[in-house]
Amino acid sequence: MFLFFISELKDAVRVRHSCPLFVKCLQKMCQMQRGAGSSSDPCRRPLLQVRPTWEVGAPPCSFFNESRTGSGSCCLSVRSCFREYFTHKFRAMLGKTRLIFPGEKVLLAVSGGPSSSAMLSQVQQGLGQSAQKKLRFLPGLVHIDEGGALGLSLGERQRLVSELKAIFQTSGFPFHVIPLEQVLDLPTSAVNTTPPSSDRAPDCYKAAGDGGELQQGGALAEPSVHEAQTRSLQQLLGSATTLTAKEELLRTLRQHLLVHEARTRGYSKLLLGESCTRLAVRLLTCVSLGRGAHLAQDTGFSDCRFGDVTFVRPMREFSAKEIAVYNHMFRVPTVVIPSLETKTLEKASIQRLSESFVSRLQQDFPSTVSTIYRTSEKLQTAGGGCCEEDGRCLLCLCSLDTAAGKASALQARLISEQLCCQKPAGTVKVEPSPPAGPCCSSADGECGSAAGGAVCCSSEAPEKKDLQKLLCYSCQLTLRDMSSVAHLPQYILTEAQRRKRRSLMKDEISEFLLEEEEGSS
Amino acid sequence: MAAPVSVHLEFGGGAELLFDGVKEHHVTLPSQPEPWGMRQLLVWIQRNLLKERPELFVQGDSVRPGILVLINDADWELMGELDYQLQDQDNVVFISTLHGG
Ligand SMILES: [Zn+2]
Ligand SMILES: [Zn+2]
Repeated sequence: MFLFFISELKDAVRVRHSCPLFVKCLQKMCQMQRGAGSSSDPCRRPLLQVRPTWEVGAPPCSFFNESRTGSGSCCLSVRSCFREYFTHKFRAMLGKTRLIFPGEKVLLAVSGGPSSSAMLSQVQQGLGQSAQKKLRFLPGLVHIDEGGALGLSLGERQRLVSELKAIFQTSGFPFHVIPLEQVLDLPTSAVNTTPPSSDRAPDCYKAAGDGGELQQGGALAEPSVHEAQTRSLQQLLGSATTLTAKEELLRTLRQHLLVHEARTRGYSKLLLGESCTRLAVRLLTCVSLGRGAHLAQDTGFSDCRFGDVTFVRPMREFSAKEIAVYNHMFRVPTVVIPSLETKTLEKASIQRLSESFVSRLQQDFPSTVSTIYRTSEKLQTAGGGCCEEDGRCLLCLCSLDTAAGKASALQARLISEQLCCQKPAGTVKVEPSPPAGPCCSSADGECGSAAGGAVCCSSEAPEKKDLQKLLCYSCQLTLRDMSSVAHLPQYILTEAQRRKRRSLMKDEISEFLLEEEEGSS
Repeated sequence: MAAPVSVHLEFGGGAELLFDGVKEHHVTLPSQPEPWGMRQLLVWIQRNLLKERPELFVQGDSVRPGILVLINDADWELMGELDYQLQDQDNVVFISTLHGG
């Protein structure tokens, strides 16, 4: 009854040709179709000719629509076949990497959207399986209520949260619903990499957590939201002058809060429900945003930039379409949570533009997503290892990519910024070691058009300049689109101060060491 | 003259937001000279059901890329897409697959 998307299955076959279960599954479907093929019943008319490029070795066959015959036997087997296929793919993803060990506490980030809801449904199923197939980790759920950032009314937020809680409650897992406002009160540890040491990490964070006691299947002490906090959050996001920057900022804050939650509750893995389609969009976005150096971390199966908490993306082999059909077929409850992008125009932001680009291309070239996806799989992180904190971006915690050579995009951007800030009549000087201060963002005043064009460069707030030095190229671009840094959460500003002091101290020491060396030799 | 056709429409994955948040619609398409196809249904939906931002639902004379259409639970790409002729009691589902996180 349910039909598959040939191109995607074809890809899946290519990828998992060696997987016996999947091949069996496809063969079963083909058999079933062949058996019904000769029927003269008009309701059993063939709906689909499998294209000859089908690679399992089965001859072209077709699926049949039984929805109107009511007999349902065929329908049932295709349904169970699809479920088997879906579950198999999910389990294979978790299994082949052996990333999650038995008994490990694993936190599922559930937005309520289709992909993370399907992930929750899969985990629920996996824990209910017979002993042999059972998933062996201890799941917990976390949802970040971003209503404040989106300017939703309190009533609307409560409605969405209670819808989600109803879903969470039926799962029986412990869950945490956290308002994004909490990000304002994070400790500086949220932007630091903590080495993964199994015996140490949970303890030192327990003190910071509010009532970290786990009770099976219930909500934990819920932090309330104060209006003032919501206002500061909105001010913070409001200081981002473009939707692109706003989305990146929101993503960063969400990440910090998720990591902090996982740490304080003693979870060492955080499962994100990003689908293959989502990641293809993210990949293109990353490239456009100058995050090329961080592609592997932003879109890979696992991401250990935070050290003690590893991000895992078990849904990354599912396309948005497969997920939508799965949810529809098995009535997986989802909640439609508005986002910054909801109902915006296609060109509103880079993220939005990438999404419509991918979905349009996918329409005409069905293997677009899997091609992009496989590209991302081939990428290897150059500096994936743990480097010291000074070498990491303060916001996204990726290793700094700003030490690039003179011909880099970063240098080019800085030079062109300088050029545009020169007095029009004066001679143009290019200084090779420019300050990292941006200038021409519209919020900072009319650069170039005003008589004193150069003024705008120096009027840049010193805090912003200092902060720029601690960021990777892409986060610098985000910061550049912010009118002020004053609304940034305290933990970021404090950590920035600390790092600045540290680097100053380092400079002083190195000077001292040099002098001594010269004196002694 | 084609007889009126009753169809069950369902919107999901966020597409319902364009329809006042209403997910399910039982509609009867009036009798008209030519038979009801998906192409005509999309026009009818735009005129009669769509509450806002038509560009987020349709593009040209088809649905916007990223919106999955199932006709009686089968991918409409396999059913002739716009040329599919609606039958009485057909079940048509529109699921937005855009930004699912
Ligand atoms: Zn199967
Ligand atoms: Zn960064």
